Amino acid sequence: MRDRTAVIEVRNLHTRFGRAVVHAGVNLVVYRDEVVSIVGGSGSGKTTLMRQMLGLDRPARGSVTVFGCDVHRGDPRELARLRTRWGVVFQEGALFSALSVFDNVALPLRELRILPKDLVRDIVMLKLEMVGIEARHASKLPAELSGGMSKRVGLARALALDPELLFLDEPTAGLDPARSENFVSLVGTLRQELALTVVMVTHDLDTVAALSDRVAVLADHHLVAIGTLPEVIRADHPFIESLFRGERGRRALGAVPPELQVS
Amino acid sequence: MAAVSAPPSQPEPQIRREDAGDGSARLLLAGTWNLQALGRRAAEISAKLQTYAADPRAAWDLTGIDRLDDAGAVLLWRAWGARRPDRLLLRSEHEAFFHHLAHAEHPPRRRRGFSPLNAALGTGRFALLMADHAAGFLNLVGQVVIESLRLLTHPSHIPWRTISANVYRAGAQALGITAMVGFLIGVTLSYLTARQLKIVGADIFIVDILGIGIIREIGPVLAAVLVAGRSGSAMTAQIGVMRVTQELDAMAVLGISQIQRLVLPRVAALALALPLLVLWTDFSGLVGGILAAEVQLDVGMQDFLLRLPDAVPVSNLWLGLSKGLVFGVLIALVACHLGLRVRPNTESLGIGTTNSVVTSITLVILVDAAFAVAFSHVGFR
Ligand SMILES: Nc1ncnc2c1ncn2[C@@H]1O[C@H](COP(=O)(O)OP(=O)(O)OP(=O)(O)O)[C@@H](O)[C@H]1O
Ligand SMILES: [Mg+2]
Repeated sequence: MRDRTAVIEVRNLHTRFGRAVVHAGVNLVVYRDEVVSIVGGSGSGKTTLMRQMLGLDRPARGSVTVFGCDVHRGDPRELARLRTRWGVVFQEGALFSALSVFDNVALPLRELRILPKDLVRDIVMLKLEMVGIEARHASKLPAELSGGMSKRVGLARALALDPELLFLDEPTAGLDPARSENFVSLVGTLRQELALTVVMVTHDLDTVAALSDRVAVLADHHLVAIGTLPEVIRADHPFIESLFRGERGRRALGAVPPELQVS
Repeated sequence: MAAVSAPPSQPEPQIRREDAGDGSARLLLAGTWNLQALGRRAAEISAKLQTYAADPRAAWDLTGIDRLDDAGAVLLWRAWGARRPDRLLLRSEHEAFFHHLAHAEHPPRRRRGFSPLNAALGTGRFALLMADHAAGFLNLVGQVVIESLRLLTHPSHIPWRTISANVYRAGAQALGITAMVGFLIGVTLSYLTARQLKIVGADIFIVDILGIGIIREIGPVLAAVLVAGRSGSAMTAQIGVMRVTQELDAMAVLGISQIQRLVLPRVAALALALPLLVLWTDFSGLVGGILAAEVQLDVGMQDFLLRLPDAVPVSNLWLGLSKGLVFGVLIALVACHLGLRVRPNTESLGIGTTNSVVTSITLVILVDAAFAVAFSHVGFR
């Protein structure tokens, strides 16, 4: 039985850049302990939607509430508390380029100013181990890492504070197939162990199929379908048609029973 | 050379015009129509094609073309006036080029050019931008003040390491350049005034002129201008790059205060380093001035140093050092303000860095003038 407490509520969100409309009335509720994937064409506004959930961009209209706190208008103190409860992996990693891998992961912990040094060190090494970064890389600077490694360090940093809510923007883009697989199983294990709620933006249908409880499809400035994967696949929309029922889509979704696949 | 680069067999674009008999023309295109072959002759060939295309009844036969690429296709397409001619023979493998062209969209055209409305809008936008900068700057100042007060009550949170790193970079590493520039200005000033003083026989007043001039005005302004150029620009660039690489976003979602981590250490560092640099620049300037005076006038080092305390009340030194403090805070605040406003692209980063230097030097001079007026009664006998 899934817990139906809402963690994120996006209400009637409108976004514009100059004259270009990106979102026109997006509504989305994410519940506790579920993994929601946001899929959509390139440029459909997935990253922008995520940035608005994080309070980085302001919507033209509408509101976003995370853990009951309005991320754009909420009380600064509550927002500060909120930021220790979520973790974010950016599309490009966004590691602090002046800090070593170790310090990148340690920074959120040190920022709490309550943990003794050796505890911080042990937690950091544990997180790095979890994402498969060997100890000898800990003193490297982000510029010395490969793209896939930066992404995993980004995940380690996002996990540093043991968040309840994790945002992932294109977590598997730029990883080799084996690493992607690892990443998927890592997130799978983490959500079992840590009772994570995950919001994930991705193009990778394998990841969508493997992890998501629900899928939200962003197209034409709206969420055109939200639901479990089979429900979404049955929805009638040209983008869904092309995404899931194309050759690649069918291959990725091999696990979905054939009676659900409308031909 | 020419034979090597253009062997006789080098394929060339060819056009031949024939009379079809019924009074219309047949245009036979053959050879290679790609970017390399068209190369420099593109303008010439394009003009030729356009004259042929002026005849709407002309029949185009492109079957002789054995190599075509997008550049060649675009050339033809433009000559035809962005549509297929009525009579066109084409190899089937070349069909795709023209199919794409028929569906390519024009980039949206931006209207530019002068109009009174645009000028008024531009002026209005500039005024709004300036107001926005002023509000943003005040906001930043307020946050820095609040954050400093908070740190005073939690001294263990003071980021000593970052501050000391910035003091080293902005202060210690600037010792060489400030010493050199200060020394040279001291020599110049002394040299120029010495001749005038000699005429009126008031040699000893060189001490007053150099002392007041350097300690009160030149030292602080010179050090501030050098620091604005060296460290102000660097601070804007450092923070601006963090915007481009999304590090600022990462800080925001981690709940790490930008004021505390980025702005405050820089403001504190310059507030500390610039007065010290002012002292150092004063010293080098006076050394330069004394040496030049010794050569030019009969004022030796001993006379100079003996007269200096009488000629220049110590309040001038305090005034100069306070100016250094204010300038330091100002430069760091401007640099951080503009750095945080950089948009995530390299052009904005460049503009921000330039603006940082120009704005802080302008502000330094404005504030210096304000000091001169406000303290006009201080420090003279
Ligand atoms: N800062 C900005 N200024 C202007 N337009 C922007 C800005 N950020 C995004 N856009 C526009 O908003 C739209 C959505 O961008 P967004 O980055 O959210 O797409 P996306 O769905 O994440 O795409 P992708 O899958 O390629 O990452 C795009 O059309 C983009 O041009
Ligand atoms: Mg994106």
